Amino acid sequence: MATLDLRERSLRTELAGLDALESMVAPRPSLHSRVWSAVWPKCLAAGIAVLLWQIVVWSHFRPDYVIPGPAKVFPRLYDDFGTIMDAVGITMWRAVQGFALAILIGTAVGALVAHNRVLRSGFGSLVTGLMTMPSVAWVPLAIGIFQLSDATIRFVVVIGAAPSIANGLISGIDNIQPVIRRAGRVLGAHGWSAFRHVTLPAALPAFVGGLKQGWAFAWRSLLAAELIALIPGKLGIGQLMENDRQFTDYTGVICIMIVILIIGIVVDEAIFGNANRWIRRRYGLIDDAAGA
Amino acid sequence: MIELHEARVASAPGAAPVRVDNVVKVYGHAGNAVPALDRVSLSIGRGEFVCLLGASGCGKSTLLNLLAGLDRPTQGSVAVDGRTSLLFQEAALFPWLTARGNVELALKLRGIGRRERRTRASDLLGLVNLAEFDRKRPHELSGGMRQRVALARALAQDADVLLMDEPFGALDAMTRDLLHDELERLWQETALTVVFVTHNVREAVRLGDRVVLLSSRPGRVAAEFPVDLPRPRRIEDHAVADLAASITTRLREEVARHGDA
Repeated sequence: MATLDLRERSLRTELAGLDALESMVAPRPSLHSRVWSAVWPKCLAAGIAVLLWQIVVWSHFRPDYVIPGPAKVFPRLYDDFGTIMDAVGITMWRAVQGFALAILIGTAVGALVAHNRVLRSGFGSLVTGLMTMPSVAWVPLAIGIFQLSDATIRFVVVIGAAPSIANGLISGIDNIQPVIRRAGRVLGAHGWSAFRHVTLPAALPAFVGGLKQGWAFAWRSLLAAELIALIPGKLGIGQLMENDRQFTDYTGVICIMIVILIIGIVVDEAIFGNANRWIRRRYGLIDDAAGA
Repeated sequence: MIELHEARVASAPGAAPVRVDNVVKVYGHAGNAVPALDRVSLSIGRGEFVCLLGASGCGKSTLLNLLAGLDRPTQGSVAVDGRTSLLFQEAALFPWLTARGNVELALKLRGIGRRERRTRASDLLGLVNLAEFDRKRPHELSGGMRQRVALARALAQDADVLLMDEPFGALDAMTRDLLHDELERLWQETALTVVFVTHNVREAVRLGDRVVLLSSRPGRVAAEFPVDLPRPRRIEDHAVADLAASITTRLREEVARHGDA
């Protein structure tokens, strides 16, 4: 018996040694240096963009009331900040509502299409087709259906974003490794529990990719809809910009363009980009050593 | 799972817990039917460690799928008393869960409550010597460690019969040797019946109470070799090497038959 114990102890030691050797992980760089390395290239790019803009202004390609320079736009942005933020609030509320609805609808459609052969051959290509159709083409019909209301804009946002979200989920489910499904079956996961514990988490990285793309579509659709469907009393930034244009106030127009660009980038990067990276790192889809 | 249980025949007490009787498995239909197994009969005793050995196309995986209830035989019957669990060549861990999460999910799917899940998962990870790696995710573990987590997850199913499909085939020799020791220890500590599929003759002799040699295309039982060597064994033992050599000779004869045709 003593020899068996000894043997078991030496087995444990050997295994522990092998485990220690094989599980060495290079430490990730500190938060500070990661933030810095993510931020400085963007600052540089922004600086270059402003410089190019200034060069266009200096070239007198168009009179400077049509293309005002940074020196006119940035002070104006500062002065109008309150007004613009009020409009941003209205627009973002529409974005959040529309996008939430798009997630609900896109997820439901995606799950059904991925699981049903008939739905798939019928609606699979329709979903992709909807993605290629510019959602601004839905605006006139939406105005007909919902009149000039928030519902019109929400509808266009949903039409723009839901197909990407559905497609993300469908491709995520399609790409689950067969061995993962088998493992789920062996462990006794069936029906709803298989969907909840195996299919959905396995498809999550692609689903989040779909959300990221869906957001880009939602943001475009939203602005397009706001430019066309002017809803009285509820001034979003799209409408604010259209008003400025009607008064040939191009300084105001460019101010709002900058705000639109910044919101798009910040939401895409800070929310969806980070969620995407966080999930891919958890799933082991990012190799830190390879610097990806 | 209900339909799968129906396919299994309940047995009289005392009978072998795993019985494969004249099983034929054919894939495809009349014109281009491919026979995978041809009249395979096998009886495995309680607590026995049986290694199924064969070259490619011997239907090893088909046989395991039948035993696991993932597939049905075309003819004949497969009877397994109690629960089975299946281990793959890839650990097939869920990458979104930690080592602990993987083991706990197996317990959860059996309807075990949260508190008991925690203690049982800790015990099981301790059993495979990975207690302190419980919060690591699969991609942070080595191949051998992943396979041990998969083993803990399989044990979490509280199965009576553990089916293993070339589980150490993708590991380096050193890790494999250690896992042989580990598996032998676990098997001796529990009352598990093990069906272990491999194409590595030495591994089969190192681990099995009995080595069943399957011929290829279609799979048939070609020969059986009892392994009456004392445990614990080592893969480099002379007795293991000698028996492996004679089984290899036999295996090569089986493979050579396909070269003549």
